[in-house]
Amino acid sequence: MEIKYITNGNTLTAKLYGELDEYSAEYVRLSLDKVLESTNFVPNAKIVLDFSHVSFMDSTGIGVLLGRYNKFSKKQIGLLISNPPAHVDRILKMSGIYKIMPLA
Amino acid sequence: MKNNFSMQVDALLSNESFIRSTIANFALPLNPTVAEINDIKTAVSEAVTNCIVHAYANKGGVIYIDCNITDNILGITIKDTGVGISDVNKAREPFYTTKANEERSGMGFTLMETFMDNLEVISNPGGGTTVKMTKEING
Repeated sequence: MEIKYITNGNTLTAKLYGELDEYSAEYVRLSLDKVLESTNFVPNAKIVLDFSHVSFMDSTGIGVLLGRYNKFSKKQIGLLISNPPAHVDRILKMSGIYKIMPLA
Repeated sequence: MKNNFSMQVDALLSNESFIRSTIANFALPLNPTVAEINDIKTAVSEAVTNCIVHAYANKGGVIYIDCNITDNILGITIKDTGVGISDVNKAREPFYTTKANEERSGMGFTLMETFMDNLEVISNPGGGTTVKMTKEING
Protein backbone atom coordinates (compact mmCIF):
# COMPACT_ATOMS: atom_id res chain seq x y z
CA MET A 1 0.00 0.00 0.00
CA GLU A 2 1.15 3.48 -0.86
CA ILE A 3 -0.60 6.87 -0.64
CA LYS A 4 0.20 9.87 -2.83
CA TYR A 5 -1.15 13.30 -1.92
CA ILE A 6 -2.13 16.03 -4.37
CA THR A 7 -3.34 19.46 -3.26
CA ASN A 8 -5.70 21.53 -5.40
CA GLY A 9 -7.27 24.62 -3.78
CA ASN A 10 -9.14 23.57 -0.66
CA THR A 11 -9.10 19.91 -1.71
CA LEU A 12 -6.43 17.40 -0.81
CA THR A 13 -6.60 14.19 -2.82
CA ALA A 14 -5.14 11.06 -1.27
CA LYS A 15 -4.58 8.44 -3.97
CA LEU A 16 -4.38 4.95 -2.49
CA TYR A 17 -2.38 2.30 -4.34
CA GLY A 18 -2.51 -1.42 -3.51
CA GLU A 19 -4.41 -3.69 -1.14
CA LEU A 20 -6.22 -2.37 1.93
CA ASP A 21 -6.37 -5.16 4.51
CA GLU A 22 -5.36 -5.69 8.13
CA TYR A 23 -1.70 -5.83 7.09
CA SER A 24 -1.71 -2.42 5.36
CA ALA A 25 -4.34 -0.72 7.57
CA GLU A 26 -1.85 0.64 10.07
CA TYR A 27 0.10 2.40 7.32
CA VAL A 28 -3.09 4.03 6.00
CA ARG A 29 -4.15 5.14 9.50
CA LEU A 30 -0.75 6.63 10.32
CA SER A 31 -0.32 8.32 6.94
CA LEU A 32 -3.73 10.05 7.00
CA ASP A 33 -3.44 10.98 10.68
CA LYS A 34 -0.03 12.52 10.01
CA VAL A 35 -1.59 14.67 7.29
CA LEU A 36 -4.32 15.73 9.71
CA GLU A 37 -1.77 16.76 12.34
CA SER A 38 0.79 18.42 10.07
CA THR A 39 -1.45 20.40 7.70
CA ASN A 40 -2.95 23.84 8.29
CA PHE A 41 -6.29 23.25 6.63
CA VAL A 42 -8.20 26.18 5.14
CA PRO A 43 -11.89 26.56 6.12
CA ASN A 44 -14.16 24.08 4.30
CA ALA A 45 -11.21 21.88 3.45
CA LYS A 46 -11.98 18.50 1.93
CA ILE A 47 -10.04 15.33 1.57
CA VAL A 48 -10.85 13.06 -1.36
CA LEU A 49 -9.83 9.44 -0.90
CA ASP A 50 -9.19 8.16 -4.41
CA PHE A 51 -9.80 4.40 -4.49
CA SER A 52 -9.25 3.91 -8.22
CA HIS A 53 -6.00 2.00 -7.65
CA VAL A 54 -7.15 -0.07 -4.66
CA SER A 55 -6.93 -3.63 -5.98
CA PHE A 56 -8.45 -5.24 -2.88
CA MET A 57 -10.28 -4.17 0.27
CA ASP A 58 -11.94 -6.14 3.06
CA SER A 59 -13.93 -5.02 6.12
CA THR A 60 -10.74 -3.73 7.75
CA GLY A 61 -10.97 -0.84 5.28
CA ILE A 62 -14.36 0.14 6.70
CA GLY A 63 -12.90 0.30 10.21
CA VAL A 64 -10.06 2.48 8.95
CA LEU A 65 -12.51 4.86 7.22
CA LEU A 66 -14.78 5.11 10.29
CA GLY A 67 -11.78 5.89 12.45
CA ARG A 68 -10.60 8.65 10.10
CA TYR A 69 -14.12 10.09 9.93
CA ASN A 70 -14.18 10.37 13.72
CA LYS A 71 -10.85 12.23 13.76
CA PHE A 72 -11.29 14.47 10.70
CA SER A 73 -14.88 15.50 11.43
CA LYS A 74 -13.75 16.90 14.79
CA LYS A 75 -11.70 19.43 12.81
CA GLN A 76 -14.54 20.13 10.36
CA ILE A 77 -12.70 18.45 7.51
CA GLY A 78 -14.94 16.59 5.09
CA LEU A 79 -13.95 13.21 3.70
CA LEU A 80 -15.12 12.07 0.27
CA ILE A 81 -14.58 8.84 -1.64
CA SER A 82 -13.85 8.70 -5.36
CA ASN A 83 -13.63 6.01 -8.04
CA PRO A 84 -14.03 2.82 -6.00
CA PRO A 85 -13.72 -0.33 -8.15
CA ALA A 86 -16.88 -2.50 -8.23
CA HIS A 87 -15.81 -4.94 -5.49
CA VAL A 88 -14.73 -2.11 -3.17
CA ASP A 89 -17.93 -0.16 -3.91
CA ARG A 90 -20.02 -3.18 -2.92
CA ILE A 91 -18.41 -3.35 0.55
CA LEU A 92 -18.64 0.43 0.99
CA LYS A 93 -22.37 0.31 0.14
CA MET A 94 -23.02 -2.58 2.55
CA SER A 95 -21.34 -0.67 5.36
CA GLY A 96 -23.49 2.45 4.88
CA ILE A 97 -20.36 4.62 4.93
CA TYR A 98 -21.51 6.75 1.98
CA LYS A 99 -23.95 8.47 4.36
CA ILE A 100 -21.03 10.14 6.12
CA MET A 101 -18.41 9.93 3.37
CA PRO A 102 -20.19 10.59 0.05
CA LEU A 103 -18.83 9.98 -3.41
CA ALA A 104 -16.82 12.92 -4.75
CA MET B 1 -13.89 -32.45 -11.40
CA LYS B 2 -12.44 -33.15 -7.95
CA ASN B 3 -9.43 -31.51 -6.38
CA ASN B 4 -8.03 -30.91 -2.88
CA PHE B 5 -5.34 -28.93 -1.20
CA SER B 6 -4.27 -28.23 2.37
CA MET B 7 -1.79 -25.90 3.97
CA GLN B 8 -0.67 -24.68 7.36
CA VAL B 9 0.39 -21.06 7.60
CA ASP B 10 1.74 -18.96 10.43
CA ALA B 11 -0.87 -16.46 11.69
CA LEU B 12 0.97 -13.37 10.49
CA LEU B 13 -0.68 -10.33 8.91
CA SER B 14 2.01 -10.39 6.22
CA ASN B 15 0.61 -13.77 5.09
CA GLU B 16 -2.94 -12.49 4.47
CA SER B 17 -2.41 -11.52 0.83
CA PHE B 18 -0.57 -14.80 0.12
CA ILE B 19 -3.36 -16.91 1.65
CA ARG B 20 -6.28 -15.24 -0.18
CA SER B 21 -4.40 -15.21 -3.50
CA THR B 22 -3.44 -18.88 -3.15
CA ILE B 23 -7.03 -19.97 -2.49
CA ALA B 24 -8.32 -17.80 -5.35
CA ASN B 25 -5.70 -19.39 -7.63
CA PHE B 26 -6.84 -22.87 -6.56
CA ALA B 27 -10.33 -21.96 -7.88
CA LEU B 28 -9.02 -20.79 -11.28
CA PRO B 29 -9.68 -24.12 -13.10
CA LEU B 30 -13.40 -23.40 -12.50
CA ASN B 31 -13.03 -20.25 -14.64
CA PRO B 32 -14.43 -17.83 -12.04
CA THR B 33 -15.37 -14.30 -13.05
CA VAL B 34 -13.35 -11.38 -11.67
CA ALA B 35 -16.26 -10.70 -9.29
CA GLU B 36 -16.24 -14.32 -8.04
CA ILE B 37 -12.46 -14.16 -7.48
CA ASN B 38 -12.91 -11.00 -5.42
CA ASP B 39 -15.75 -12.62 -3.43
CA ILE B 40 -13.48 -15.55 -2.54
CA LYS B 41 -10.54 -13.30 -1.67
CA THR B 42 -12.68 -11.10 0.57
CA ALA B 43 -14.33 -14.00 2.44
CA VAL B 44 -10.93 -15.67 2.98
CA SER B 45 -9.37 -12.40 4.12
CA GLU B 46 -12.13 -11.94 6.72
CA ALA B 47 -11.70 -15.45 8.10
CA VAL B 48 -7.90 -15.17 8.21
CA THR B 49 -8.03 -11.74 9.88
CA ASN B 50 -10.31 -13.24 12.56
CA CYS B 51 -7.73 -15.99 13.21
CA ILE B 52 -4.83 -13.56 13.54
CA VAL B 53 -6.53 -10.68 15.39
CA HIS B 54 -9.17 -12.43 17.49
CA ALA B 55 -8.24 -16.12 17.90
CA TYR B 56 -4.52 -15.54 18.40
CA ALA B 57 -4.70 -11.87 19.53
CA ASN B 58 -1.76 -10.96 17.26
CA LYS B 59 0.53 -13.26 19.27
CA GLY B 60 0.98 -15.82 16.51
CA GLY B 61 -0.26 -19.36 15.98
CA VAL B 62 -1.03 -21.64 13.09
CA ILE B 63 -3.88 -21.34 10.58
CA TYR B 64 -5.02 -24.65 9.07
CA ILE B 65 -6.55 -24.44 5.61
CA ASP B 66 -8.31 -27.13 3.60
CA CYS B 67 -9.83 -26.46 0.20
CA ASN B 68 -11.67 -28.75 -2.15
CA ILE B 69 -13.41 -28.59 -5.47
CA THR B 70 -16.30 -30.92 -6.31
CA ASP B 71 -17.74 -30.25 -9.76
CA ASN B 72 -18.18 -26.45 -9.69
CA ILE B 73 -18.40 -26.07 -5.89
CA LEU B 74 -15.43 -24.59 -4.03
CA GLY B 75 -15.19 -25.55 -0.36
CA ILE B 76 -12.91 -23.70 2.05
CA THR B 77 -12.21 -24.63 5.68
CA ILE B 78 -10.15 -22.23 7.80
CA LYS B 79 -9.32 -23.39 11.31
CA ASP B 80 -7.45 -22.00 14.29
CA THR B 81 -6.70 -23.32 17.78
CA GLY B 82 -7.09 -19.93 19.47
CA VAL B 83 -9.42 -18.52 22.11
CA GLY B 84 -12.68 -19.45 20.39
CA ILE B 85 -15.96 -17.53 20.30
CA SER B 86 -18.31 -17.73 23.29
CA ASP B 87 -21.45 -16.68 21.37
CA VAL B 88 -21.24 -17.46 17.67
CA ASN B 89 -24.73 -16.12 16.91
CA LYS B 90 -23.83 -12.78 18.48
CA ALA B 91 -20.50 -12.68 16.61
CA ARG B 92 -22.35 -13.21 13.31
CA GLU B 93 -24.66 -10.22 13.85
CA PRO B 94 -23.87 -7.35 11.43
CA PHE B 95 -21.65 -4.65 12.93
CA TYR B 96 -21.10 -6.60 16.18
CA THR B 97 -17.51 -6.27 17.38
CA THR B 98 -15.67 -7.02 20.60
CA LYS B 99 -12.98 -4.50 19.69
CA ALA B 100 -14.89 -1.29 18.89
CA ASN B 101 -12.10 0.87 20.27
CA GLU B 102 -9.72 -0.59 17.68
CA GLU B 103 -11.65 0.79 14.70
CA ARG B 104 -13.18 -2.54 13.72
CA SER B 105 -16.29 -2.61 11.55
CA GLY B 106 -17.87 -5.84 12.83
CA MET B 107 -18.65 -6.81 9.24
CA GLY B 108 -16.37 -9.83 8.88
CA PHE B 109 -18.93 -12.64 9.17
CA THR B 110 -21.52 -10.58 7.22
CA LEU B 111 -19.13 -10.32 4.27
CA MET B 112 -18.31 -14.06 4.44
CA GLU B 113 -22.06 -14.81 4.40
CA THR B 114 -22.75 -12.39 1.58
CA PHE B 115 -19.90 -13.35 -0.70
CA MET B 116 -20.13 -17.13 -0.23
CA ASP B 117 -23.17 -19.43 -0.61
CA ASN B 118 -22.85 -21.15 2.76
CA LEU B 119 -21.08 -20.29 5.99
CA GLU B 120 -20.74 -22.57 9.00
CA VAL B 121 -18.94 -21.41 12.15
CA ILE B 122 -18.02 -23.99 14.78
CA SER B 123 -16.40 -22.64 17.92
CA ASN B 124 -15.88 -23.33 21.60
CA PRO B 125 -14.28 -20.97 24.11
CA GLY B 126 -10.69 -22.14 24.45
CA GLY B 127 -11.16 -24.73 21.71
CA GLY B 128 -10.51 -22.69 18.60
CA THR B 129 -12.76 -21.84 15.68
CA THR B 130 -13.49 -23.57 12.38
CA VAL B 131 -15.07 -21.65 9.52
CA LYS B 132 -16.46 -23.67 6.61
CA MET B 133 -17.59 -21.90 3.46
CA THR B 134 -18.75 -23.06 0.06
CA LYS B 135 -19.36 -21.22 -3.18
CA GLU B 136 -20.70 -22.37 -6.49
CA ILE B 137 -18.55 -20.99 -9.29
CA ASN B 138 -20.62 -20.28 -12.35
CA GLY B 139 -17.92 -18.46 -14.33
